[in-house]
Amino acid sequence: MTSTTEARATARTVTGRRRPRRGRLSDGVNWPLTALAAVLALTVLIPLYFTVITALKTPDQLGGSGFEWPTRIRPENFSDAWNLTNFPRALLNSAIVTVGAVVLTILSNSLVAYAIARNLHKRFFKFLYYFFVAALFVPFPIIMLPATKETALLGLDNPAGLFLLYTVYGLSFNVFVYTAFIRSIPMELEEAATMDGATTWGIFRRIIFPLLTPMNATVGILTCLWAWNDFLLPLVILSDPAARTLPLAQYVFQSQFNTNYTVAFASYLMALAPLLLVYLFAQRWVISGVMRGSIK
Amino acid sequence: MTHSSKAFYWMAVPALLLFVTLHTIPALTGVFFSLTDYAGYGKWTFVGLENYFSLFKDDRVLSSYSFTFLFAVTTTIIVNVLALAIAMLLNAKIRFQTAFRGIFFIPNVLAILIIGYVFNFIFSNSLPLLGQWAGIEWLSTSILANEDLAWLGIVAVSAWQSIAFSVILYLAGLQTIPADLYEAADLDGAGYWRQFRSITFPMIGAFFTINMVLALKGFLQAFDQIVALTGGGPGTSTESVAMVIFRGGFQGGEYGYQMANSVVYLLVIVAVSVIQLRTLQRKEADF
Repeated sequence: MTSTTEARATARTVTGRRRPRRGRLSDGVNWPLTALAAVLALTVLIPLYFTVITALKTPDQLGGSGFEWPTRIRPENFSDAWNLTNFPRALLNSAIVTVGAVVLTILSNSLVAYAIARNLHKRFFKFLYYFFVAALFVPFPIIMLPATKETALLGLDNPAGLFLLYTVYGLSFNVFVYTAFIRSIPMELEEAATMDGATTWGIFRRIIFPLLTPMNATVGILTCLWAWNDFLLPLVILSDPAARTLPLAQYVFQSQFNTNYTVAFASYLMALAPLLLVYLFAQRWVISGVMRGSIK
Repeated sequence: MTHSSKAFYWMAVPALLLFVTLHTIPALTGVFFSLTDYAGYGKWTFVGLENYFSLFKDDRVLSSYSFTFLFAVTTTIIVNVLALAIAMLLNAKIRFQTAFRGIFFIPNVLAILIIGYVFNFIFSNSLPLLGQWAGIEWLSTSILANEDLAWLGIVAVSAWQSIAFSVILYLAGLQTIPADLYEAADLDGAGYWRQFRSITFPMIGAFFTINMVLALKGFLQAFDQIVALTGGGPGTSTESVAMVIFRGGFQGGEYGYQMANSVVYLLVIVAVSVIQLRTLQRKEADF
């Protein structure tokens, strides 16, 4: 666990100021290593290139290695995929689940962690902390059979139930991360506010929550990636086909139209695109958020 | 009870109740049903530990464990070696650092199920052509249809997606190393390998531990990428434990039996994580 100053210093390193680097070539750029990085970057970019060009092709262009530039573009791939996977509906479902999970997780998990972090000397809260963290060792596949039955019984087999599940299952990891951060915030502020007559809720809302902003970003990013890309939880929890999220829609599409490759790729591309676009614009912020979560 | 401590209970108790309802109770009912012959519907009776004994005689279950371990250990090693190498590359004095960092992180924002479908097509159509062209026999047919090689396809896709996250964790670790350590080592004439062994690796020991534990735990739960690439095939050669639980429990009427499997699987994951944490942390202290 770090002190606030360390956490701040880290955040600064991550976002802007870089530590002075040593270089074999004194101050110059190491070009051979840059070239190596470029070659390795191709391993990431080539599959993406492949996805894009395949989504644009007509079926008769699939014969070759698949890496050829499309000679004729078939925009209908996208409209077909749009209709066959009921794309707007799946997009809306994914958006509801993800936004719901992110908002509810940030608001509730930080609150729980605050109560725990400020009362770790009490037996109940200490138990609570270890109880949540121990659950990190119980991954979802282990409880999926009974959890599925129970969520159906409770009427949670829908998008709202799904984001509630992400919020609750996220507690294990998030309480761990938030608690470490909150314990690095000095108590003096809260003591002063109590003197001025502020309630515990008021202190959380006006002092603690704003100070948690960097951690909220980290937790928000990780929850967003999880809820948006997850497949197993929606697969077993959701019962209504109309409630399908994007990955689930791809799975169903794949099993029904598995030879319609160009349309399938258009559909993959449309499912990957929203988060990819968000990432392209918020790249630095996303990476620094993830990095911050790792330094505790 | 003071006013403020009451508020703290109001903050934590509802979350605890929800957690118990949605996580702990399912876990406990699962353990209970692992002692029954419950099919997931209809009547059931107690069978004691019979399910547990049957597990050890079930070839499909045993082979799913050996596949899952082979896959998880191999992928964990590959991911950590490559991620550390890439992180060091990104931390070196290269041009376009931010852009490269941004590119290497892309796989982490993509759903592995969908990535699996894309690679499925590449493995089944593009790679065999390449293999035929280069005259490599094992590559000239789809590796996913080959019982001995299909697991390597799953390793490759899982590594492709997971390296991104590990790189970021390692980069965070590398940035905590003070630059003057290297300057001093340079003055002492320590070579690159020597600096790596004596400075870099010991200084990021904690990051190595967390990366190894997270990666292994994640890969032991593999499901999505296998659905997308092989569906557990050819035959049942690439069925993971999670997949056997899913299929047997939801589709095969083996609810009680697969819950016994889940309980064993939980014990295995806990044991592996604890052993891993112990040995790695001891190593960390040794440096």
